[in-house]
Amino acid sequence: MARIGLKDLRHSYGPAPQAESDWALKRLDLSFADGSANALLGPSGCGKTTLLNIISGLLRPSEGSVWFDDRDVTALPADAREIAQVFQFPVVYDTMSVYDNLAFPLRNRGVPAAAIDHRVREIAALLDLEDTLQRRASGLTADGKQKISLGRGLVRSDVNVIMFDEPLTVIDPELKWRLRSKLKELHRRIGLTMIYVTHDQTEALTFADRVIVMNEGVVVQAGTPVELFERPQHTFVGHFIGSPGMNLLPATFDGGVARFAGHAVQMSVAPRAVPANAQLQIGVRPEFVSFADTGIPVSIVKVADAGRFRVVETRHAGFSIRLLVGEDAKLPSERACLRFDPSFTQLYVDGWRLGEQPR
Amino acid sequence: MSGRTPNQKAWWLVLPVVVLVAFNAVIPLMTVVNYSVQETFGDNQFFFEGVTWFEQILHSSRFHEALQRQLLFTAIVLAIELPLGVAIALAMPRRGAWASVCLVLMAMPLLIPWNVVGAMWNILALPDIGLLGHSLNAMGFDYNFTRQPLSAWLTLITMDVWHWTSLVVLLAYAGLSAIPNAFYQAARIDGASGWAVFCFIQLPKMKRVLMIAVLLRFMDSFMIYTEAIVLTGGGPGNATSLLSIDLVKIALGQFDLGPAAAMSLIYFLIILLLSWVFYTVMTRDEPQ
Repeated sequence: MARIGLKDLRHSYGPAPQAESDWALKRLDLSFADGSANALLGPSGCGKTTLLNIISGLLRPSEGSVWFDDRDVTALPADAREIAQVFQFPVVYDTMSVYDNLAFPLRNRGVPAAAIDHRVREIAALLDLEDTLQRRASGLTADGKQKISLGRGLVRSDVNVIMFDEPLTVIDPELKWRLRSKLKELHRRIGLTMIYVTHDQTEALTFADRVIVMNEGVVVQAGTPVELFERPQHTFVGHFIGSPGMNLLPATFDGGVARFAGHAVQMSVAPRAVPANAQLQIGVRPEFVSFADTGIPVSIVKVADAGRFRVVETRHAGFSIRLLVGEDAKLPSERACLRFDPSFTQLYVDGWRLGEQPR
Repeated sequence: MSGRTPNQKAWWLVLPVVVLVAFNAVIPLMTVVNYSVQETFGDNQFFFEGVTWFEQILHSSRFHEALQRQLLFTAIVLAIELPLGVAIALAMPRRGAWASVCLVLMAMPLLIPWNVVGAMWNILALPDIGLLGHSLNAMGFDYNFTRQPLSAWLTLITMDVWHWTSLVVLLAYAGLSAIPNAFYQAARIDGASGWAVFCFIQLPKMKRVLMIAVLLRFMDSFMIYTEAIVLTGGGPGNATSLLSIDLVKIALGQFDLGPAAAMSLIYFLIILLLSWVFYTVMTRDEPQ
């Protein structure tokens, strides 16, 4: 187990990066606490797998260093870093039994047979694989194979971190849920540092204590699921997380007040000054918008039933604003006005929340 | 079927295929079967002979010797071409411009007409003027493939390896290319050695294409005719008279249609049987 630190990291797949866009991973500093459950969340191509492969040692970063506790491991290859990685598609050694699959990493490291046997049985019990130990690994279902991939990481007692690269992609929905609970349970029981890469916000938010949201090679926010929800640092986090995503409305700033289409909007942090010529946006999640007697007058465009609540799409001055209302709540019939909850309304300057420094 | 008369018109739709199959497979095969049980004289006179020709072939030492030569030849070329093909495929670059260059180079021998292959090697190996033959003699080896059985065999095997290893290479290469990168990454994390990666990832993943390679190489080498007849003509003496060469000698040289037909069928059954054995052994432990 270890604390993982990334210092001044940058990576480019091309040989001579020139423009900022040549970097698959733009400069970042990040650390993962010992024993924490982390998720790397972002759309395809945002650099999350690159980051994962740099930590595991499958990829050497163009710049910067990787630290496990106080050890600089940047130059160490994957097998010397004592990490485990579970890939998108289950990797099992087809010709071996489940037992041999689990024993493989230990045999490669020359562990005595008795110790291997003890450890393999322990891990098999942990993963509910005991009944299948003597079976051919190739005959198992996708989730069984994914458990073997995970098990091959867990059998080594000296693992620093376990990394998951979208491990549930090929698993059926029902099994997905089971395997995810299993991972969560494992984390609680063995307390290993885990890093989980996904583009699915539900997976990220349910698995991790800390979610790192990435976009275009940049870490836009790292925080708890609640922080991501209540105080998105970047408009990307606002609309990527949440369903539906955050309302983003063009804003102006004058006389110490942010305005949307001429209406003054109260903020969580009262803005004092904003840079000139910056693009200003007001962001508020649909959860924190409600109908009120006074406020921004809107017309209701569409109502979509989403089970326990309804998503109402309204319109003011040509901009669409969505809000959530309870399934039994009555919708105003004619003149509707909206109120934004000031504690959860943010002002974004060029995409970044006012007061946050872009990294 | 609920009392209704089944519509029989569909038979007309399969008729073209039936005719086609009849002409290209059933009729020629049945002609051979027909010859194999009859004695043929001039003037189109036929006399039924039963299994006489089969007995004669199966008891003839000439057939036994040809069969032994054939088995030896096939065993040797399989033993060389499969490991060599896999080794070359492993050594080939997986991407980039060199991958294409290698693939084209590898495909070249397969694109040359078979009789040209035989002629090329014949000229190349001529002891007096051929580049290979002359060089070997100049280096002090006593090499003459038209006189010495050993030289003839070595030349024949070298030619076949040159001609057909590419096929194994291309198949193995296709199998290797289909292995997802995650397998190699997982193996690195598991601390697997290069040999372990070969045994537990590459070889199992190549198994299916290698099975096809074994079957194709077995059948083709067991039926080799063109290159061999051009290169050695079955000689010196009968040293390189493989089954197909011997068969043609009987059928067209001596015009013994009955024994030749019986031999063809036995030849065919041997290939069928051995192919089945290979297939069964190699797919034995696959889950369905």
